[in-house]
Amino acid sequence: MCLAIPALVKSVDGLSAEVEFGEVSRQISIWLTPDVKPGDYVLLHTGYSINVIDEDEAKETLKLLEEAASGSDSWTG
Amino acid sequence: MRFIDEYRNSELGERLVDRIHRRSRKPVRLMEFCGGHTVTIFKHGIRQLLPPTIEMLSGPGCPVCVTANGDLDKAIALARLPDVVVATFGDMLKVPGSYSSLQEVRAEGGDVRIVYSALDAIHIAQRNPDKAVVMLGIGFETTAPTIAASVLEASRGGVGNYYVLSMHKLCPPVIKALLDSGEVRLDGLVCPGHVSAVIGSRPYDFLARDYGIACVVSGFEPLDVLQCVDMLVAQIEAGKPAVEIAYRRGVKPEGNERALETMWTVFERCEANWRGIGEVPGSGLRLREEYQRFDAESVFEIEVPPPREAEGCICGDILRGVKTPLDCKLFRRVCNPEHPVGPCMVSSEGTCSAYYLYGDNGSVRAQEPI
Repeated sequence: MCLAIPALVKSVDGLSAEVEFGEVSRQISIWLTPDVKPGDYVLLHTGYSINVIDEDEAKETLKLLEEAASGSDSWTG
Repeated sequence: MRFIDEYRNSELGERLVDRIHRRSRKPVRLMEFCGGHTVTIFKHGIRQLLPPTIEMLSGPGCPVCVTANGDLDKAIALARLPDVVVATFGDMLKVPGSYSSLQEVRAEGGDVRIVYSALDAIHIAQRNPDKAVVMLGIGFETTAPTIAASVLEASRGGVGNYYVLSMHKLCPPVIKALLDSGEVRLDGLVCPGHVSAVIGSRPYDFLARDYGIACVVSGFEPLDVLQCVDMLVAQIEAGKPAVEIAYRRGVKPEGNERALETMWTVFERCEANWRGIGEVPGSGLRLREEYQRFDAESVFEIEVPPPREAEGCICGDILRGVKTPLDCKLFRRVCNPEHPVGPCMVSSEGTCSAYYLYGDNGSVRAQEPI
C-alpha cells in the first residue's frame, strides 16, 4: 500500500510530469514535489511523486554499505 | 532499475549479515511496522539470515488490514447507492466487511472501480457528470497527501461530483498506543520508509526519548533492511537509542514539507478505529470544514448495521504483534488468498499473506535470494 517506486522525470508541464520506470512511461502529478526537473528521480506513489530521490545520498549510502560490509564499524562515515 | 538493483547485491548482503552476526550480543526484539518491510523480509528470507539473538515481529503497518469493519461497511453501503461510483485501490476489493465485500456488491451490480490513483477517480467523475464518484481514502501519511491533493485539484477544476470517504490513519499515534497497551515490548523499530518520506524522522523522536526504543527508517530493498537492522543492533548494543535514517536517498528528517502542508490543508486529526487495536485518539484524518462538500460521509446518508467480526479470525491480535498466523486455526486450512477470511490474508502486504506465500522460517518454500 505504501509502495513507491523510483521514476525518472522526462518532462514537466505545470503540475504534471511524464516519468519513466522500467519500460513504462506515465503522466503523474507533481503537486507534492512542484520543483522537480527533467532528469530528477522521484518516489512515485499512486500517481503522485511523494518525494525527490537524493542522488548524492544514494551514492553515499552505497559507499557506506561497501565500507560496512568490509568491516568498518560506523554508518556515519 | 536504478535505485533498486544496487540495493539487491547479494555479496554485499552476505557480508552485512556476517557483520550483524558479529555485532549482535543482546537478545533483542525488533518490529517492522510497515507491511512493505514484512514483504521484503519474507521474500528474501531475512528472518532466517539473522542471528538467534534477533527476533523480528510484524506490525500493523498495512492500511487495508487495519481498516475496521465498521468503516469497510460504510464503503460497501456507498457502493450500493444508485448513481454512485466507488473508486478504490485494488487491494480493498476482496476485503470482507461485516456482511459483504466491495467485490460482492460489484457482482450484484454496484459500480465499484479499481483505480491506480485518485487522479483516475477525478477523471471518472469528469466523464460521468450524472454520477457521484467516491474515492476511498485508505492509507497512511504516504497516501493521505495524494488524496488531499486530489481534493484541491477537484476544487480548483470545479469538479462537483468528486467525494472522498476518509479512512486515513497516522502511524506515530498508533505506535504509541501499541506500546502504551503494554502487550508488546520492543527494543527497536524498523520505521516505515515511505510514510517517513512524507513525515520525516522527527515524529519518532518520542520513541527513543520516552520509551528507550531504537528507531531507524528503512528503505524497501533487502540491503536497506539489513543496513537498518545493523544500525538498530549498534544502537541497542551501545545502549543509546536514537532516531536515525538508513533510507537517506528518500527520507529527510523534516520530511516533504509541501506534502505535509497539502495534507493539513485538507485534513484534520480525528479519532480513528483500528482493527484489533480499537479507537486511537488523534490517529485518523477527516476533511476540514472548508472541504466538507467533498466529504462522502457528510454528503451521503448511509446507515450501516453494527459491525461484526469473522468468527475465529485473529487478524486483530496479529496486527498488534501478540500472535502470528501460525497461532490461527483458520490459517491455510480455511483462510487463504483465494478465500480470505480476514484482511491480513487479502492484502499482498498483510502478515498472513506473507506467511502463506513465503512460509515461516524458510520451512515452506524457498525464498528469493538476496
